[in-house]
Amino acid sequence: MELYKKSAFELSQMLKNKQTSSVEITKSVFDRIDSVEEKVDSYVTLDKENALKKAEEVDKKIADGENLSPLAGIPIGIKDNISTKGLRTTCSSKMLENYVPPFNATVAEKINNAGMIITGKLNMDEFAMGSSTETSYFKKTKNPFDFERIPGGSSGGSAASVAAGEAVVSLGSDTGGSIRQPAAYCGVVGLKPTYGRVSRFGLVAFASSLDQIGPVGRTVKDVAMLQSVISGHDRYDATSANVEIPDFLTNLKSDVKGLKIGIPKEYFGDGIDNNVKDAVYNAVKVLDQNGATVEEISLPSTNYALSAYYIISSAEASSNLARYDGVKYGYRAKEFDSLIDMYEKTRSEGFGDEVKRRILLGTFVLSSGFFDAYYKKAKLVQRRVSVEFNEVFKDVDVICTPTVPSTAFKIGENIDNPLKMYATDICTVTINIAGLPAMSIPCGYDDKGLPIGLQLVGNKFCEQTLLNTANAYENIIGGFKSPLL
Amino acid sequence: MVKGYEVVIGLEVHAELNTESKIYCDCKNAFGLEVNTQVCPICMGMPGALPTLNEKVVDYAIKMGHALNCTINNVCKQDRKNYFYPDLPKAYQISQAEVPLCENGYLDILVDGEERRIGVTRIHIEEDAGKLLHSDKFDGSLVDLNRCGVPLIEIVSEPDMRSSAEAHAYLETIKSILQYLNISDCKMQEGSIRCDVNVSVHKPGEPLGTRSEMKNVNSFSAAVRGIDFEVNRQIKILEAGGEVIQETRRWDDTKGESLSMRSKEDAQDYRYFPEPDLLTIVIDKERIEKLKSEIPELPNKKLVRYVKKFGLSQKDASFISEDIEKSSLFDECVKDNPKLAKNVSNWILSDVAKYCNETGKKISDTKLNADKLLYIIKLISEGKISNSAGKTIFEIIIDNDKDIDEIIKEKSLAQVSDVSALEAIADEVIANNEKSVSDYKSGKTNALGYLVGQCMKASKGKANPGMMKEIILKKLEG
Repeated sequence: MELYKKSAFELSQMLKNKQTSSVEITKSVFDRIDSVEEKVDSYVTLDKENALKKAEEVDKKIADGENLSPLAGIPIGIKDNISTKGLRTTCSSKMLENYVPPFNATVAEKINNAGMIITGKLNMDEFAMGSSTETSYFKKTKNPFDFERIPGGSSGGSAASVAAGEAVVSLGSDTGGSIRQPAAYCGVVGLKPTYGRVSRFGLVAFASSLDQIGPVGRTVKDVAMLQSVISGHDRYDATSANVEIPDFLTNLKSDVKGLKIGIPKEYFGDGIDNNVKDAVYNAVKVLDQNGATVEEISLPSTNYALSAYYIISSAEASSNLARYDGVKYGYRAKEFDSLIDMYEKTRSEGFGDEVKRRILLGTFVLSSGFFDAYYKKAKLVQRRVSVEFNEVFKDVDVICTPTVPSTAFKIGENIDNPLKMYATDICTVTINIAGLPAMSIPCGYDDKGLPIGLQLVGNKFCEQTLLNTANAYENIIGGFKSPLL
Repeated sequence: MVKGYEVVIGLEVHAELNTESKIYCDCKNAFGLEVNTQVCPICMGMPGALPTLNEKVVDYAIKMGHALNCTINNVCKQDRKNYFYPDLPKAYQISQAEVPLCENGYLDILVDGEERRIGVTRIHIEEDAGKLLHSDKFDGSLVDLNRCGVPLIEIVSEPDMRSSAEAHAYLETIKSILQYLNISDCKMQEGSIRCDVNVSVHKPGEPLGTRSEMKNVNSFSAAVRGIDFEVNRQIKILEAGGEVIQETRRWDDTKGESLSMRSKEDAQDYRYFPEPDLLTIVIDKERIEKLKSEIPELPNKKLVRYVKKFGLSQKDASFISEDIEKSSLFDECVKDNPKLAKNVSNWILSDVAKYCNETGKKISDTKLNADKLLYIIKLISEGKISNSAGKTIFEIIIDNDKDIDEIIKEKSLAQVSDVSALEAIADEVIANNEKSVSDYKSGKTNALGYLVGQCMKASKGKANPGMMKEIILKKLEG
């Protein structure tokens, strides 16, 4: 029985019915890792020993009849920018190659409390800066649909591992599309929750006002279950929202009757690949045929959002990453002749090119004399974007767009062209700028067989609406396809 | 005016607030503990750790804002001030840039008997940094992060002070207000108040001169020395036809001189921007008003009242007013007895202050209260006990709950003021000291003192010395 192929929902039913054990499931996932990790390279660190120990504990609790969380005993991979106590957390950077956090991120604590089994830490673009996971210091993760292609990024490991069966579900983080874009490229389901829905405490910051942790899974149900586990107000994150946590799975519906869908014309312009456009239109048509209503809408500030995103995120990053100075933890240059020299060498040697590029960009836009022209203006764009979404959500429930303008590109294809790389974020960054929840679900394949993502965007704290829509679509089309490895 | 130049001084005071915990985490806000023990992932700036604001810090800062007559900005944010230094683990300090919590206030100070109003530009909240330590055993610097995240307020004055004496009075007044509000320990030696000094000089009628900013001023007396040095340095430059440059200087108090740290061209760009990890601070009206109602009468107001209403000298008045316990004792004693003000102030300035100094105790640590002190003063002024008996009683009751009347009885401290008893003593002494009596009568008036002394001796010190003297005199003259 290939347990690793099953969904978290199925496995949790099997555990409940004592048809399998957490140890069996965990072993199956690690066997799968043993056989495909060499090709996929989705993990930075594996934690098999602890995982099996934890699985045994959960099995004992199940045997003792303890009342456990529905996801107890289910293996999960964690993006390597989420702090795990005692387990190396590198952000895929040389800077933190040997950094072991002395504390758990709030989500890691929640995952542990739910009895989930952490398999290891997943590869990503360095400090979550990138769209292809190529900027990782350690390895290049491959797209399970085509090993010559990138899995997307920055949560490339989170998407690839789930697609390849190396984890049942995973956690990623999304600052400008970093969950949704790799989910689209790898043909899995990814949710970026509303800003404030999930505590950021322990998530190594890239851009504090945009970062959000979210789930990745092979089914909508799995994503709904995991989202319930990680949601909630945290007194250690001032920006986490004190709102009710719905049971997303119990509330999950599978019809879209009466659902009002908006199609923003700005998201279907010239830059969007025709394969992608067709697949997204087809998906919308499916929803339409099943009872949803569809109308064209306009979000005119979309064109400015990408610039605003790169200004705000780089500004915050330049400050957030200043703490990696060689003084307290992480990499320190071996030889230096003064404090300043130590700082310069440590940071020059410890960070990769993309991270340095963002730090320089961010430092520049915050500099005296430029602050008003860049940062302040970007914040104005941000406000404008939010206002436009607020207006639109008076009329529609869900906005449908492509997740990414095209399908996965080849490893190395865009690495020397940052602007082209940044442009792949055009459909996703606006959502972070507005702090809204959004999902990517598979909605077809291009002529090369590569997955295409449909992005669903909802109003603040309306994750349930997105999950319901996605669930209905998944049921209608009869499920999503896994890659053949 | 110094050598024909007008002096312009502005001060930035940093005061550590004495909240239980730090500003952005649950760590204890305590001084003097073992290095790197009062720390957590948040104040150590570990990857992924986030700050959450301790609302007490906001309350304390608002109180200071009220005390310095500021406008309280009920909506304000916190900003990041970015710079690299090993004692700053996040490589940014969370502070307030554009909009401070409090602004546009003033402080009235008393200098040479005259009231001066000093403008207060702003008060903002921020976090303290750690400390670098050096050891003979180790070649390099060591970092102690215990102080990281200790809450600070920065109080920025207008350039309204015209002499180092005014600056000193301003600093002392700020310090006593902080103590009155009980929001800072104000221990200079622990660095809980620090100040930066901005100084410029110009000829009267000419525009303001270029200022220099002096850092590392660790005491108020050092501020005076630093200002005086800086004024003279700038005047010397101008007199020699030179130009003062805008720069940051470092005060070296042991050498008694300031040294250039960096010029304006090298000034750091702190790249302030709104702290995205914290929410906008929003304070409702009721909270602001409630904090206002908790402000006691402040020392600078008391000082003026003591001088004007009770005729105390500025020196005595400021000694009593700068300490909230001394001034409450004083106020309570004189409330219904304004005529006793000088008498009460003398007791506080001498015996009370002496006891507190010697024992290191505060008045609240003793058993002394206004009723007891007033009772002793009344017993003396009514002649029921002598001055020295009063001091004996004071020394007993200050750390003892014993009843004063009982002490008097036990130690037989009651003064004899009964005329017939005193006359009997006088008669006896006169009879036994014929020589002195005749000396007095032949004009050797100092014999009087000897006779009074003999009377006191005969009464075992209990005779009322004033009355005794009068009776002897009457008998000798009569």
